[in-house]
Order: sequence, then C-alpha cells, then structure tokens
Amino acid sequence: MKKLRKALCLTLAAVLMTGTLTACGNTDSGTGGNSAASDTDSTESSVSSDAGVFKIGGIGPLTGGAASYGISVKNGAQIAVDEINAAGGIGGARVEFNMQDDELDAEKAVNAYNALKDWGMNILMGTVTSGCGVAVAALSSEDNMFQLTPSGSSVDVIKDNTNVFQVCFTDPNQGIGSADYIGQIGVAANDGDMVSRVAIIYDSSDVYSTGIYEKFVEASSSQPYEIVSVEAFTESSKTDFSVQLQKAKDSGAQLVFLPIYYQEASLILSQAVSMDYNPVFFGCDGLDGILGVEDFDTSLAEGLILLTPFAADAEDALTKAFVAEYQKRFNEIPNQFAADAYDAIYIIKDAIERSGATPDMSISAMGDALIGAITQISYNGLTGNDMTWEVTGEVNKAPKAMIIVNGVYQGL
Amino acid sequence: MKDKLKKMPKTWLDNLITYGMVIIVFLLVQMFISRGLVSNLLQGLLVPLCVYVILAISLNLTVGILGELSLGHAGFMCIGAFSGAFFSKVMADIITVTAVRFTLAILVGALFAGVFGFLIGMPVLRFRGDYLAIVTLAFGEIIKNVVNALFVGVDSRGFHFSLKDSMSLGLEADGDVIIKGALGIIGTPRNSNFTVGIVLVLITLFIVLNLINSRDGRAIMSIRDNLIASESIGINVTKYKLMAFSISAALAGVAGVLYSHNLNSVAATPKNFGYNMSIMILVFVVLGGIGNIRGSIIAAVVLTLLPEMLRGLNNYRMLIYAVVLIAMMLFNWSPQILAWREQHSIKDFLRKRRKVQ
Repeated sequence: MKKLRKALCLTLAAVLMTGTLTACGNTDSGTGGNSAASDTDSTESSVSSDAGVFKIGGIGPLTGGAASYGISVKNGAQIAVDEINAAGGIGGARVEFNMQDDELDAEKAVNAYNALKDWGMNILMGTVTSGCGVAVAALSSEDNMFQLTPSGSSVDVIKDNTNVFQVCFTDPNQGIGSADYIGQIGVAANDGDMVSRVAIIYDSSDVYSTGIYEKFVEASSSQPYEIVSVEAFTESSKTDFSVQLQKAKDSGAQLVFLPIYYQEASLILSQAVSMDYNPVFFGCDGLDGILGVEDFDTSLAEGLILLTPFAADAEDALTKAFVAEYQKRFNEIPNQFAADAYDAIYIIKDAIERSGATPDMSISAMGDALIGAITQISYNGLTGNDMTWEVTGEVNKAPKAMIIVNGVYQGL
Repeated sequence: MKDKLKKMPKTWLDNLITYGMVIIVFLLVQMFISRGLVSNLLQGLLVPLCVYVILAISLNLTVGILGELSLGHAGFMCIGAFSGAFFSKVMADIITVTAVRFTLAILVGALFAGVFGFLIGMPVLRFRGDYLAIVTLAFGEIIKNVVNALFVGVDSRGFHFSLKDSMSLGLEADGDVIIKGALGIIGTPRNSNFTVGIVLVLITLFIVLNLINSRDGRAIMSIRDNLIASESIGINVTKYKLMAFSISAALAGVAGVLYSHNLNSVAATPKNFGYNMSIMILVFVVLGGIGNIRGSIIAAVVLTLLPEMLRGLNNYRMLIYAVVLIAMMLFNWSPQILAWREQHSIKDFLRKRRKVQ
C-alpha cells in the first residue's frame, strides 16, 4: 500500500513538473523568436534562414462544440503556410503559423492573444468567431497589430478598429444579398410560380444568425415578396423544428430562409420531408458543409440554394488543387472556413509583398504598412475573384449563388 | 512580538495570514511587472484571477459557511456583469470621471445581484441539499437565457425593452441598442485593472471574514451544523439563510462587474455564465476546502493558471488539466492520502526538530 502511495505522489509530481516545464518552454521559444527576429536587421531578402520569420498567429475554437470551425481554419491556413515556405517564403523570409485555442470564450480568446504575443506574433489571422473577435480586436487595435479574420463576419469586429479586415462577407451584407437575390433575380417555387411568400427560421442565440436575419427583414420591406412567418430557436432547443416548420407550412410559405449553420439545417430538411412540406430552402454560407453531415441523406438537399463564396467541387485549378491537398492531408472535404483561412494567409502574403514589410519591423510599424497595403491589392483566390478591401475593413467581392443538383454544387 | 502573536486569538492570526498572502502576492507581481519580467499572458490573466478569487470566496460563504449547495453562482455573476456594463455604457457620456463611474458600476452590479439573490433565495432556500442544488442550477440557467433574449435600447424617449429582436424596440433615429440579445453589450469601457481587482478581493475578504467571526456568522454556522437545534434556541433561520445567500450573490455580482469591464464586450454564453462556470467555481471551493477561505483563494488561482500554462501541450492541454484536477482532488480529500499527510506533515517534522534542539 505504501508503495502505491509513493507511486501516486511521484506521478502527481511528474505531471506538475511537465506542466511547469512546458510553460517555461513556451516562454523560452517566445523570447528566442524575438531575438532571432531582431538579429536579422542587416540581411534582407537573402536566403530563407537569414531573412527572419514572419510569425502569424491564429485564434479559434479547437476544443468544444465549435471545434470543427477552428480546426478547419487551422488546417486551411497550415496548407497555405507550407506552400509558401516550400516556394521560398515571403521575400525570402519564412512563415510560421501558431493556432491557439479560445474554447469559444472571449476571455480565453484574450488569453490566447496574449500567449501568441509572448510567442512573438507579428500578424494575427483570426479570430474564427465574431464574439471572440470583438474582444481580441480591442486589444490588437491598441497594439496596432494587423488582424485579418477569415470568418468573423459580424460588423462589430471591424467597427472602430482600423487594423482589422475580413475575408468573409459581413453578416448584414449576406442578409441584404439574400433579400436582393430572392426579390430581384427571383427563385422559382416548386409549384412553378415565382416565390412571393417567405418564412424564416433562425437561431436567436447566435450572433451570425441574428445578424443576417435582422438585415434580411429590413431589406425585405422593399422587395416584391412578403415575409409570412418568422420563427426562432436557441442553442438549447435545436433538435426539434416541427413547430417552426408547421407554422411555415400553415402560412403557405413557398421558400424557407435559413440563415443558420448546416447541422441544424440538415435536421430541418429531414423533418420537413417527414411532415410532407416541400418548399424551396435558401441559406447563406453557414449551410456550406451540409453534404458532409454524417448519416444525412444528401438527396434531401436537392434544390437547396445557398449564397456561399466557396464550393469544394468547383472546376477551377486553384480549388481542385486545394481540395486534393486537403483531402490527402486531413482526409475530409474542406469547407468554406478552411478556404477562407487559406485565402487569408495568401492575402497577408500579398499585403506584405505590396508594402515591402520585413519581419524585423515593430508590430505597430508592420501594422501601419499592411493596413496601407491591403486597400491597394486585388486578390484572386478560392473564395472570390478581384477581392478588394475598404478602409473600414470590409471586403468587396461578388456573392456566388449555388444550387445543389444531384448531390453536387452548381453555380446559378 | 512573538508573545503578542501568541496572545492573539487564533482566528485573528489566521485572517492576518490570508490578508497578508494577498497583499504580498500583489506587491511581488507589481515588482515583477515594473522590471518587465511578467509575460503578456500572465499580465492578461491578473484581472481574471481576481474575478475567480472573488467568486470562490463568495461561493464558499454559501457552501462552506451556510452549508447549502448552490449551483447557480454564475447566474449572479451574469446579473452583476450585465447591470454593471449597462450602467457604464449608459453613463459613459454623463459621468466622465472613470473612477467615480466604475465605483458606481460596481455598486450597481452588487446591488442588482444582491436583490436577485434575495428574490431567488426566498422560494429556493426552503429546499435543502440536492433539491436546493437542482433549483439553483435551474435559476442560473434561467438568468442566462433571459439575458440572452433581452434587447434593451435607449433613445430620447427613454428605455425600451423587448424579448424578440432589436427591430421591435421601435427606436427613434438617434436611438442606440445597448443590450443586443445574444450579442450582449459591446463597447463597455475597459476599466478593470489588477489594483482594482486586488482591492475588491480584499474588500470581499473583509466582508466574508468579518461576517464569519460575528454574531450573525455564528448563527449562520449553527444553522449549518444543526438546523433543529438552532431553531430551538430562537435563531431566525430564514433571515440568516437569506442574509448569507444575498451577500454571496452580491459579491458574485462584484466579480461580474470586474469581469465585464476587463473585456470590451460581454455576452452570456454557456462558457462564461452557464452551469459549467457554476460548477467550476464549486470546484475551486471543494478543492480549496469547504469553509476554508484561504484554500479556495489558492485553488482558484491554481486552477485558473493551470490550463493557460499548459498551452504548450496543444491538444493534450485539456486532458492533462483533467488528470491534474483528479490528482489534486485525491491529494486533498482521499482518506488514505490524508492519513499519509498526517504522518509526514511538515509541522510535525518542525516540532520534532525543535524538541530535539
């Protein structure tokens, strides 16, 4: 018995020791990175090892319920970073990428930001979600660090922060874009007429969903169709949608607008079929990924229309190469989060090249240089062509409407 | 000096050690910061540490001193966070002196959380044991969900409330939506700093330790130890239960205000104000020792620092955190290990050496 106790104490001590040691290791590598960066004052754009390192940090949920978004961003960004390094880096300087977990919590996101600063981060590619983005942007704007968020789509992330830019559309723009599409271009209802009665089902506990919903309703007042039913659900009641669907059905809606994520949408689609309700479903970029849901009958998604900047089965060479590489390394089909992150890294590269920034610049000086450069570049990538940026941080790109036919995306 | 210390009542000495510990840590950290020896991560963690310490102390008042299991503590923190942040946001242009506005915000947060603690306590404290735990858990979730659905706007005609969406507030053109449902409050002034945090920790300690050593405190502890006996000697059980519960809630509200003014936004997510957080606070209390104020401070600090210090382990971080948590619980509470610690305690070792000398 005594031996057991001794063993227990030893393991306890060992575990605690590893904790402290790794913590030390962390700070060591951080300071080491800093000195390495400052050592390279004299040598610019020569061989990769002498030209310093651009340290790009990432923040997103890597554990918990939203982990799939964070992991997609991490994987997408890593592919881009590896490609850039294999091709000789940016102006001869290597790129390092470090993604930290925020557990979908603003406080933890701030901790992650501080940890990345200790690591020696020059540029922030994050955050994955809007809620954390608001808290982190307040800090990064104080440091004047260049921040490019792949998927933090709320306006509040870029508002009042001159240093923050987005790769994705803002939520209000998606709402307005959807209303315009349904009203102006028109969607044929399943009975042959054009859609004139629209129902909405949204997640009132989600920032992304309410952001799109509010703008959609606002923009709909000037459109030829009528909103006949608005139903909400929350995070704690997202498994049964029969009430919401019944109301939409009773009000005679020909189109159901779903500004939500794909997991809930897949449930809505299968429950609609079981109650014999057959409207057109219309969603935004959150629906991308619906064909990959486990145990989901993809034939239910036939005719689903979504406004998304990225489709994994597009035919251009860039998308094909990216999807093939992603599948090879991570054994799954990339979604728009991965594509946004991949683009974000290349946009940072373009901005660095345009501004001539070097790794030895201070965080604030590099921030100024990149903020000036990003409004001048025009970028062609996975999630759009001729992407340009406003001073406010918003991206300009054309929204793409996709319809699912025979289990694959097709451009409309 | 030594004689003086010996003459002091034991509780005084104990409390002095607790205060001293907090002040010494504060001075040490300030010294290290001024020399630039503290990493960004640790500097960013200082205010959250104060928040969790206050939460742990205040919950220990309910769990350790009153002897009732409450699982809704994060709900009171949520009320404090939102009422304090709401006050700061509305008064940002009216009261321009930061110190005055932040002090008032803390008082507002404490008042609201305390009042809600009183209102919820009245029906809830009729339950005991497991039933009380379940009901407080439910109230905590109700608070979080109501805040999540709440829209409050202000314009020239006054305040507008809605539980649906921000359009139904019917604001005039100059209106501003302050609480935006699931988005929460965005743009609160970031007034919290380590000094304010430590001052609040000391005030919390002062309130709780004085309460424990007062006539009221002894009445509260007598309820914990034997309800029937304390009723029979004429102690007003309902009054003292409500008193401990509301003070505990008000202090959680203070922690909430500190929390919401540390970030520039506050939103009620399951992560920060859900039952996970309530249980986390309970873990601080249980690990530190139920009824042991100093222990819960140390446990709160260790358990908040641990996952951040393990960031280098990437994916294994949460796994190691859980393993360490289990190991520490065993170390503190397993009867066999307690007996082993008794045999090998440092105090005895020192005493024996002194005798030999």
